[in-house]
Amino acid sequence: MTDVNTLQRTWSGTHGDEPFGTIDLRLTDTCLRDGSHHKRHQFTAREVEDIVRSLDESGIPVIEVTHGDGLGGSSFNYGFSRTPEQELIKIAAETAKRAKIAFLMLPGVGTKDDIRAAQDNGGQICRIATHCTEADVSIQHFGLARELGLETVGFLMMSHTQSPEVLAKQARIMVDAGCQCVYVVDSAGALIMEQTADRVSAVVAEIGGQADVGFHGHENLGLGVANTVIAARAGATQIDGSVRRFGAGAGNTPLEAFIGVCDKLGWTTGVDFLKIVDASEDVIRPAMPEECRLDRMTLMMGYAGVYSSFLKHAGNAAERYGVSGAQILLEAGKRKLIGGQEDQLIDIALQLRAAQESPAAV
Amino acid sequence: MTTTRKLTAAIVGPGNIGTDLLFKLLRSDVVEPRWMIGVDPSSEGLRIASDKGLDVSHEGVDWLLKQDELPDLLFEATSAYVHREYAPRYAEAGIRAIDLTPAAVGPAVIPPVNGLEHVGALNVNMITCGGQATIPMVNAVSRATQESGGVSYAEIVASVSSVSAGPGTRANIDEFTRTTAAGVESIGGAAQGKAIIILNPAEPPMIMRDTIFCAVDPDADTDAIAESVHAMEKAVQEYVPGYRLLQEPQFDGPSDFTRGMRRVSIFVEVEGAGDYLPPYSGNLDIMTAAAAQVGENIARSILAQN
Repeated sequence: MTDVNTLQRTWSGTHGDEPFGTIDLRLTDTCLRDGSHHKRHQFTAREVEDIVRSLDESGIPVIEVTHGDGLGGSSFNYGFSRTPEQELIKIAAETAKRAKIAFLMLPGVGTKDDIRAAQDNGGQICRIATHCTEADVSIQHFGLARELGLETVGFLMMSHTQSPEVLAKQARIMVDAGCQCVYVVDSAGALIMEQTADRVSAVVAEIGGQADVGFHGHENLGLGVANTVIAARAGATQIDGSVRRFGAGAGNTPLEAFIGVCDKLGWTTGVDFLKIVDASEDVIRPAMPEECRLDRMTLMMGYAGVYSSFLKHAGNAAERYGVSGAQILLEAGKRKLIGGQEDQLIDIALQLRAAQESPAAV
Repeated sequence: MTTTRKLTAAIVGPGNIGTDLLFKLLRSDVVEPRWMIGVDPSSEGLRIASDKGLDVSHEGVDWLLKQDELPDLLFEATSAYVHREYAPRYAEAGIRAIDLTPAAVGPAVIPPVNGLEHVGALNVNMITCGGQATIPMVNAVSRATQESGGVSYAEIVASVSSVSAGPGTRANIDEFTRTTAAGVESIGGAAQGKAIIILNPAEPPMIMRDTIFCAVDPDADTDAIAESVHAMEKAVQEYVPGYRLLQEPQFDGPSDFTRGMRRVSIFVEVEGAGDYLPPYSGNLDIMTAAAAQVGENIARSILAQN
């Protein structure tokens, strides 16, 4: 396997000796959290055990396991978990030999008690997500997580909606509260490369040296890997993705593809490309209800800037009320809904149905 | 006809909530707001209260408790921490406290559900804005399903505009979900409750929206539920005119994704009266309107005894 780096040498030949510099990245796979949306939160204990084992053996350093909407997400609004998430965190922690187990929580959905329980079950990294203008709701949770000795990560969701300057200020709030790594999160898969770079750069300029910066991409416009490469060049050192894109919307940055790209660029991830490709085919794919695809619905999410986990809920409401799922998503974008407002998709579907039934209403 | 007498009231906390409450109490037949207490001399709320003829102080509750004349009623619009600290001193002084923070020192009150139950209590709690907007509906479903076993689980999702969520809510978001969920159970009548809150920064600011999901027996009478929900809408509109159902209640059959329960979904919007706060802040309006109602209920019961 000495020829895998041919491309890197080609680049080196045309762009000088060190076109990208040496970059060490820490990867987090989120199949078992963001993929929970695609799976409609129906993971079994066995699937989690198998996936964690294969990711761990491939050298993935961090594996996130939680309900798609974070701790406490099991609900009517987001979908009930088939297996309690705390049980899944425990199984993951018991299975992983090297990888750390991360868990996600959204203030307003989960609570501090959920964080404590996740730690008791073996979770080591507490990832706290807020909408990218609302970082101050996470202050008490970062405080607790640090007090408990957990590693902390902050998620600025729907980062495409705000300017780099706003994101930098919000990142500062999280870092001052005890966050050790702030992620620029492209929840809608709506960022285009330069926009990603500008946002990551602004956050690095604000918190660099005090905390890491991360990037979490989605595939709704097909730019997961491209955005992630450019985020790393802009200074992101922690990277999210899901093997086989197993995630919300059109899926997350396909981690195995990104790992292959890193090999070619000479960037270090510590993950064995051949093993992760095998894991994708032999372990991850069989646990997926279907591939994560770019289709009318998921493209609409990237195009209209809609939170990726709305996909299945918009589909349900469209089917239930006989309206267009794509129209529901467009309207969700127009209403500027943010993560967590899945309930409003039903209201949108009912309005669309009413409009269909009385098209001549003036 | 006897001369109309009013009970005196102090508002502690001259922020958005306290100031909006002031405007509502100024219209009351039975409560006279006489003191507004803060800690910041440059407070806009204190200035407004002073213009309206109230005695104001920025020296906190300690100043109020030193006055020769003490209020009959005290509305706490500060934070849960402050209220927990001062509640015993109000009680000692014989002042009836209506607590607009999620401190939950006294029994919780939702006007159209148990508005008259605790008129004798020294301290009553208004739960949260999300609770005031949703618990009436949980209760409406509970009432209508008594014969089929009631509501086994209720979940509320409150979406409010970011600008109408003050520093108190932001710093105490866990208390919000916990206190609201507890009220969904104790007053809503659900065997198990859950609360979710979302702060949405959209511009122009979104009007408060709430969704109430209730799990009921597959054989529950859906017509009775819908009728009860509409009746509750009217009851809340009596003190919050901008409270309205966005859709007819929706009924979904049991499935794997609802844990085999039948789901009732109720969608409401709460537009504020625009007394001091803009109409999109329905979350704050329903809080102050409910607190004013509760204060008036207490006042009427005391005045009736005298």
